[in-house]
Amino acid sequence: MKHTHILLAHGSGGAMMHDLINDLFLPAFDNAELRKGNDQAVFEKQDGRLAFTTDSYVVQPLFFPGGCIGDLAVHGTINDLAVGGAMPLGLSVGMIIEEGLEIDTLRRIVQAMHTAARDAGVPIVTGDTKVVERGGCDKLFINTAGIGVIPDGVHIDGGSARPGDAILLSGRIGEHGIAVMSERRGVRFSTPVVTDSKPLHRLVQRMLAVCPDIRVMRDPTRGGLGATLNEIASQSTVGIEINEEALPITAEVQGACDLLGLDPLYLANEGALVAFVPETCADALLHAMRAMPEGEYACHIGNTIADMPGLVRMKTGIGGTRVIAMPSGEMLPRIC
Amino acid sequence: MSVLASFRDSSRAAPLLERIRARETGPVALMEFCGGHTVAIFRSGIRSVLPEHIRMLSGPGCPVCVTSNMDLDRAAALAKLPGVILTTYGDMLKVPGSRESLAQVRAQGYPVEIVYSTLDALRLAGQHPDKQIVFFAIGFETTAPAAAAAVLQARARGLKNFSICSVMKLTIPGARALLDMGEVRVQGVIGPGHVSSIIGADAWRFLPDVYRVPVAISGFEPLDILASIDALLAMLEKGNADLANLYSRIVKPGGNTKAWGAVTEVFETCASSWRGFGNIPDSGLALRPQYAEYDAEHRFPIDIPDSVEHPACRCGEVLRGVIEPVDCKVFGTACTPEQPLGPCMVSSEGSCAAYYNFHQSTHTKTRHATEQ
Ligand code: SF4
Ligand code: SF4
Repeated sequence: MKHTHILLAHGSGGAMMHDLINDLFLPAFDNAELRKGNDQAVFEKQDGRLAFTTDSYVVQPLFFPGGCIGDLAVHGTINDLAVGGAMPLGLSVGMIIEEGLEIDTLRRIVQAMHTAARDAGVPIVTGDTKVVERGGCDKLFINTAGIGVIPDGVHIDGGSARPGDAILLSGRIGEHGIAVMSERRGVRFSTPVVTDSKPLHRLVQRMLAVCPDIRVMRDPTRGGLGATLNEIASQSTVGIEINEEALPITAEVQGACDLLGLDPLYLANEGALVAFVPETCADALLHAMRAMPEGEYACHIGNTIADMPGLVRMKTGIGGTRVIAMPSGEMLPRIC
Repeated sequence: MSVLASFRDSSRAAPLLERIRARETGPVALMEFCGGHTVAIFRSGIRSVLPEHIRMLSGPGCPVCVTSNMDLDRAAALAKLPGVILTTYGDMLKVPGSRESLAQVRAQGYPVEIVYSTLDALRLAGQHPDKQIVFFAIGFETTAPAAAAAVLQARARGLKNFSICSVMKLTIPGARALLDMGEVRVQGVIGPGHVSSIIGADAWRFLPDVYRVPVAISGFEPLDILASIDALLAMLEKGNADLANLYSRIVKPGGNTKAWGAVTEVFETCASSWRGFGNIPDSGLALRPQYAEYDAEHRFPIDIPDSVEHPACRCGEVLRGVIEPVDCKVFGTACTPEQPLGPCMVSSEGSCAAYYNFHQSTHTKTRHATEQ
């Protein structure tokens, strides 16, 4: 490709667009379905129910410690399927590119998507590219959609939590939020905090094998654990009580939060899930989760209660309690 | 155990709390000046473990909250000048001014950019040589060194399109004004940690010396704050007012002379208008005449219409510690973090927001939930 930057003509539908697709996208996403060059991907008949999800990625900056917008888009969509109990079949990728983006940058991002999809074993089966005028978007927006199959007998639903359920968390919290924030603010920590972005579908399949009646699962992305717990508390009309001392937070994340005046409970995660499960399954599940790399830090953070439906409460490290409210607006670092 | 974990260890909190409960002081009201402390106190559940006779009051220590509507209106007017890009810290955006917030100004199509540091603002100035970048600088002594550094850098780099609209404030004159008003009885003060790291612990000696009020400079960890409360109670018990620096790992008696040196190089004190307090002499920082070219007020003289306050908002009294947020009629109803009527509900360090977000019995959702 002779150009170093994306031009409007790259989105024209003409020769330059073909070059871009043939030189950059196809080799990276290569798979049988895509190679056919049809306008749609076709899946064979499946057992189970279909799950369908979509999400758009507009993260700034495009690259941050441990990842970029590309692998984030792949993992995010896989995880949205996974936490419904679905095994992902394939993904679509829509790229909205701002005129002027360096082609090398795009290549690095596409490469990251390829690696993420390959490692997850989930093919990117269809895609679309648009180029918008300078100022029309912020460098690059990615939309990914995904389709997956939920095996019979699995019924995970945000409204299914019952009093007495155990609440399990699969990984440490706040790492993605701090990784992005530190890149954005240009602050460096002695030990850099990297994103936790990773696909969780294998972990979920393993969990379902141990306990098919997991009631609720969700990945606490934007809004963090705090928002997710509030959503489930009101969807299921249960109270939630978690224990601060049980939360897995690294000293680096906690230190960064203290420095910036942020609350790790509201920071985004991209590689963790919370599961509401019958208390009787909790230990077996934890054991199975910890045996997998993506569940290494799995822990039991609290329980649902019949009291105070809709409310999330935390026992703090010093023995007090506080409410964990639904976050409002974007979390901003403290001013001084 | 990591250093951090050791500051929030429940086994170390328990004996401290025992001591606090055992102290014989009678009912006391302690004030934390700093909004960061207010949030930390709520976040760690300190209010829920303190005995009832100890009341914690939040003071005027949030730079967003004490910014007056007049100054907000000025920022809005600056943003509307042709060719100007107004930059500021994020929390400022949602604060309703007399007529509109900066977020509303931005929604009308005027350029208002959130920056995370003064260096971001400088970077914008470099990227947009055809625009005038105005940094709306709020904050206390803690943020002033960064503002000073930005001005010094702009001069060193010969940037002609960067200026500061300074509404920065000094905490000591603010604290004096509060105590001089005599509206609230404060028996002890938790001194701001970050501010003191710049101006030094000794800057607070006037509290015990002049007002006979003990002060403990505190860090932001739960155990820091509990230790500070205990230290204040110990002084009250003995009847002696003194200064205790419990944040000596960060705060030196004389502060950070280098950072403060940059501030005094670029800024001089001036009268400043504080929300809830009015004009306080020598409580603000204005650019010195030799840096006038970086002074937005000097560069863009504008007339702004008289400012007005929302009739229902009682932020002024909240900031003076006269009422608690829940005493405001619109708290949690007409005024919420999504639809704030006043800055105290906007700022992440504001006391109304802290009450709303963390306080069980005042939380609308709790009320709703317990009714069921
Ligand atoms: S400047 Fe720092 S120390 Fe002062 S009120 Fe704000 S957070 Fe607290
Ligand atoms: S509740 Fe709202 S209106 Fe009332 S004092 Fe607080 S911020 Fe101001």
